[in-house]
Amino acid sequence: MNKKIKEAFQNGKAFIPFITAGDPSLEITEKLVYAMEAAGADLIEIGIPFSDPTAEGPVIQEANIRALSNGITTDDVFHMVEKIRKNSEIPLVFMTYANVVFSYGTERFIKRAAEIGMDGLILPDVPYEEKEEFDVVCRKYGLDFISLIAPTSHERIRMVAKEAQGFVYCVSSLGVTGTRSEITTDVDSMVKLVKEVGDIPVAVGFGISNPETAKKMAEVSDGAIVGSAIVKLCAKYGEDCVEPVGEFVREMKLAIG
Amino acid sequence: MSKGRFGKHGGQYIPETLMNAVIELEEAYDKYKNDPEFNAELTEMLNEYAGRPSRLYYAERMTKDLGGAKVYLKREDLNHTGAHKINNVIGQMLLAKRMGKTRVIAETGAGQHGVATATVAAMMGMECEIFMGKEDIERQALNVYRMKLLGAKVHSVTSGTGTLKDAVSETMREWTNRIDDTHYVLGSVMGPHPFPTIVRDFQAVISKEIKEQMLEKEGRLPDVVMACVGGGSNAIGTFYNFIEDENVRLIGCEAAGRGIHTNETAATINVGKLGIFHGMKSYFCQDEYGQIAPVYSISAGLDYPGIGPEHADLYDKGRAEYVAITDDEAVDAFEYLSKTEGIIPAIESSHAVAYAKKIVPTLPKDQIVVVTISGRGDKDVAAIARYRGEDLYE
Repeated sequence: MNKKIKEAFQNGKAFIPFITAGDPSLEITEKLVYAMEAAGADLIEIGIPFSDPTAEGPVIQEANIRALSNGITTDDVFHMVEKIRKNSEIPLVFMTYANVVFSYGTERFIKRAAEIGMDGLILPDVPYEEKEEFDVVCRKYGLDFISLIAPTSHERIRMVAKEAQGFVYCVSSLGVTGTRSEITTDVDSMVKLVKEVGDIPVAVGFGISNPETAKKMAEVSDGAIVGSAIVKLCAKYGEDCVEPVGEFVREMKLAIG
Repeated sequence: MSKGRFGKHGGQYIPETLMNAVIELEEAYDKYKNDPEFNAELTEMLNEYAGRPSRLYYAERMTKDLGGAKVYLKREDLNHTGAHKINNVIGQMLLAKRMGKTRVIAETGAGQHGVATATVAAMMGMECEIFMGKEDIERQALNVYRMKLLGAKVHSVTSGTGTLKDAVSETMREWTNRIDDTHYVLGSVMGPHPFPTIVRDFQAVISKEIKEQMLEKEGRLPDVVMACVGGGSNAIGTFYNFIEDENVRLIGCEAAGRGIHTNETAATINVGKLGIFHGMKSYFCQDEYGQIAPVYSISAGLDYPGIGPEHADLYDKGRAEYVAITDDEAVDAFEYLSKTEGIIPAIESSHAVAYAKKIVPTLPKDQIVVVTISGRGDKDVAAIARYRGEDLYE
């Protein structure tokens, strides 16, 4: 297990923000990482843009399109992380789609990610059944391949949790990423099922957009993941998003304690 | 290695949220595929409702005109709703009903699969929602109205290029949103396992019939069978029962759009590379960083950046050939078959007709070529008129 990811969960409940690299620009993405770290983020998910992100709602889909229209490539994102690592040791994981990794060459991608100081990888279109081709390589280079569980997983939760690395990403709701007015899933029971199998942190994501929901989700788990609400701020403020995003992260971290 | 592999292709690259849904589907399919009652109902519906078996028609004038091999047309255009799509839809809907689903969702490109799904949903009294790219809604206005007439709700998909790939993405997203009562009637031999296998099995009736009809008419197997390929459902249906017959050439005709050396093409085997998208490992049109290419073809039904995993494997093994046909060649073939045989083929099927025009004159007269006419071309008439510079109101 990656040491830094483990540490991310040792500072109270973890707050895990997501941003799409290159939206609005890689310079701003770099600044966002520093600002979110300063505001109390424990681990940051960096999205490598993909043309057809099938697990995302409209907000993150549009961020992907904006980043790709800026001409952002996987190599550009790697360069940005190299720069970040000169200034920050915050745990970082990539969030992207299987084809971005596969087309780069799975081993080449993961090796490079490890070299530049990444700590984990999340591929929402790679379930338990397909994880081996990525997981084995991740283990080789010391990256955690993050497993997801969903409200429909039921008896699969134990199976997934047993082999999970780093932390378990608990998808709070049906559907794609994006803000929701409420979360109706019994997240508590899902987390308990994971804990029955092993001592691995569980962070809850999908549909968390305000301090109240974040607090509620963190109470029954080890942390909260927030994407769309932050990406919305990036879309709204563009080049000026660093301050409002930092403020939002501070508020969220404060709420979950 | 995971389930549903065709060589290195296939698999189940989908969000965890959908895993139990595809597992449930696989279990239901395994339970019913050899169930006599299920198969009796399927055959009854294919025959009495869809109008099967479809005719294997000897195209005498086309044969004489091309002056080479003998040409037969497998008339999937004569099925109810005017295309091969209904074969798969009936099968999947019977399965969905047995699984207790009350609502179906589907993607559509040209609108043929959407119309077939809406049709069978109406007949079975199921709720139906169709996802169609905004671009395609404009190209295929007639089919959009047909779906509405049949009681389906049609969603315009504005993300990405607003074509078939985006309609598939959006239908997948909708499925993750509502799974309990909903079955995704995937329209081609693509997506995560078990779809490529299920759709192939339901379309295999095409080659099963070709074989029987050919033995009856000619007392032997054909030398070549060919069909157009987007995702590849009518092609795999045309190939499947001939895969073991190694003397039968299998030819898939891809959409080259404005040409395989331009960026405006959808000829996946010709220009794509191995990738992972829409639930499967297969060949995809993509850039060096794996971004899926915004493909193009005049034919909305072939305007897709990938190909079904079984086709990818047939290609790897050298068992099937995949050729690329341009818009111009397809439009010429559309007009050619209309004038020569009095059959207006779908612009998708016209890609297969176009390759037949090229290859048949080069083959000896004692050879037999079967071309599957996957659908009828009424839906394309206005678009072809516009292509020829005539402004026609639909």
